[in-house]
Amino acid sequence: MGKQYKLVRYNLNGKDVEQMVDVRASLTDMLRNDYRMTSVKKGCEVGECGACTVLINGEAFNSCIYLAVWADGKKIRTLESLLGPNGELADIQQAFIDEAAIQCGFCTPGFIMSSVEILESGKEYTDAELRKLLSGHLCRCTGYENIIRAVKKTMYKRLGKEMPQE
Amino acid sequence: MYDMKAYYESESVQHAIELRLAHPEAHIIAGGSDVLVQMREGKRAGVELISIFMLDELRGVTIDEEENIRIGSLTSFSHITKNPIIQQYINVLGEAVDQVGGPQIRNIGTIGGNTCNGVTSADSASTLHAWEAIVELTGPKGVRRIPIKDFYLKAKVVDIREGEIQTAILIPKASYENTYGYYIKYAMRNALDIATNGCSVNVRLSEDKKTFDRVRVAYGVAGPVPMRCPNTEAFINGKEVTMENIEAFAQKVLEDINPRDSWRASKALRQHVAVESAKRCIIESVKRAGGEL
Repeated sequence: MGKQYKLVRYNLNGKDVEQMVDVRASLTDMLRNDYRMTSVKKGCEVGECGACTVLINGEAFNSCIYLAVWADGKKIRTLESLLGPNGELADIQQAFIDEAAIQCGFCTPGFIMSSVEILESGKEYTDAELRKLLSGHLCRCTGYENIIRAVKKTMYKRLGKEMPQE
Repeated sequence: MYDMKAYYESESVQHAIELRLAHPEAHIIAGGSDVLVQMREGKRAGVELISIFMLDELRGVTIDEEENIRIGSLTSFSHITKNPIIQQYINVLGEAVDQVGGPQIRNIGTIGGNTCNGVTSADSASTLHAWEAIVELTGPKGVRRIPIKDFYLKAKVVDIREGEIQTAILIPKASYENTYGYYIKYAMRNALDIATNGCSVNVRLSEDKKTFDRVRVAYGVAGPVPMRCPNTEAFINGKEVTMENIEAFAQKVLEDINPRDSWRASKALRQHVAVESAKRCIIESVKRAGGEL
C-alpha cells in the first residue's frame, strides 16, 4: 500500500482549518510540521512526560499518542492560543516567570496547558489535588514546587481570593 | 510518524465489523495509549490499524431497560470517574480508574481498551471482576454477552472472536444494589505507574448491618489474569461483621491467589500486600455500607 492521506477539518486555536494529513502522523507531528506550533514539544513520544500536551475539546491530552486524523471535528488549543493581541503573556505564563517555575523551559508549554484546563474549571483545588492534576508532566529542572506555586497563585487570583499562607 | 502499514477508520459499529472481517490481521485501536506506545516500541511496528476511536455511540454511561449500568467501551477513565451514575452506584470503579497513569492518560484511555488488552494489572480489571461485570461484544452474528471472568482467557489474550469488537461493559442490578466497595492500588509511585498489586473488595451487609450478606474479592497482579477469590468469599459470607473475622478473611486470600516473583516485586512482598490490602479494603467497604467495627 502506498502513502495514505486523509482530510481533517478542525478548529485550531479558534480558527477553522483543514489539512490533508498522512494517516501515520501523530497530532504532535501535524501541529509542529503543518502549523509550526512549536510549543508542542516532542519529548518521550510515549505519553509519559507531558511535554506535548494540548487541549482537545477542553481536556488535556498527550498529542504524541493521539493520531492526527482524530483531530477531525475537534477544537484544539495549544500554548500559542494564550498570546495576547499585542504579544502579551497570559496570567499563568507571567506567574511561571514570577515564581521561577521555568529553567530550561521544555516542559513549560505542557504544564501551562494542563494548568489552563485546571484554571478554566473555575474550581478551588487543594494542594494535593493540584499535584495530582499536574502529575502527568515531568520537569527535570525546577523540582516542581515553584510550578505548583505558580498555578496555585493564579488559581486564587482568578477566583478573587487571598492565597492562604503556606 | 508511526510505523503503520494501513489505517482504516470505522464509521459505525457495523462498519467496524466489516473492516474486521475484511482485514483480519489488523489491530483494533481505541484510545491508543497501549497500541501506539507498542508501535513506537517496535512491538506492533508495521501493523494495519482499524480505528474505532471516532464512534461516539460507544461513549457514555447509562442505565438500560434491564437496570444494568451500561458503560460504553470507549468511555474514557476520566469520564467514568466524573459520571453521576458511577458515583451513585459503583463509586469504587470511578476511584479505581482515577489511578490509571496520569491525567492525560485518563482522558484518552478507555475502559474497553483496559479490558481488551488482557493485562492483569489493569486498574479497572479487579473491580470489574469483583462486581461480576458482563462484557458485550458485537460481531457478524450479533451481540454476545459473557461474564468478565470468561472474557479473560490467559495473560494478554481475551475472547474477542472473528469480526467482533467490544461495545459495552454492563454491571447488573443484582451486582450493584446495596453494595459498597473499595480499591487499593499498590505501586511504587502515585502517578504513571503500573500496579504491583490491585485489590478490590465489595460488601453487601444484612439489614441490621451485623452480618456479611455477600462479600466479593478480586485481585489484579495476583496471577496471570485478574482473579476472584472463591475460598475467601465462601469463608466470610454469612459471618458476623467483626475484626476477628476480617483478620481471618484477609489471611484466607493466600489460598486463592498466585502472585509471582518479578523485577517489580517478590512473591513474598505481593502476598504481604495482598493480605493487608484485603483487610483495609473490607474495613473501608463495611464503613461505606454503614456497618460498624
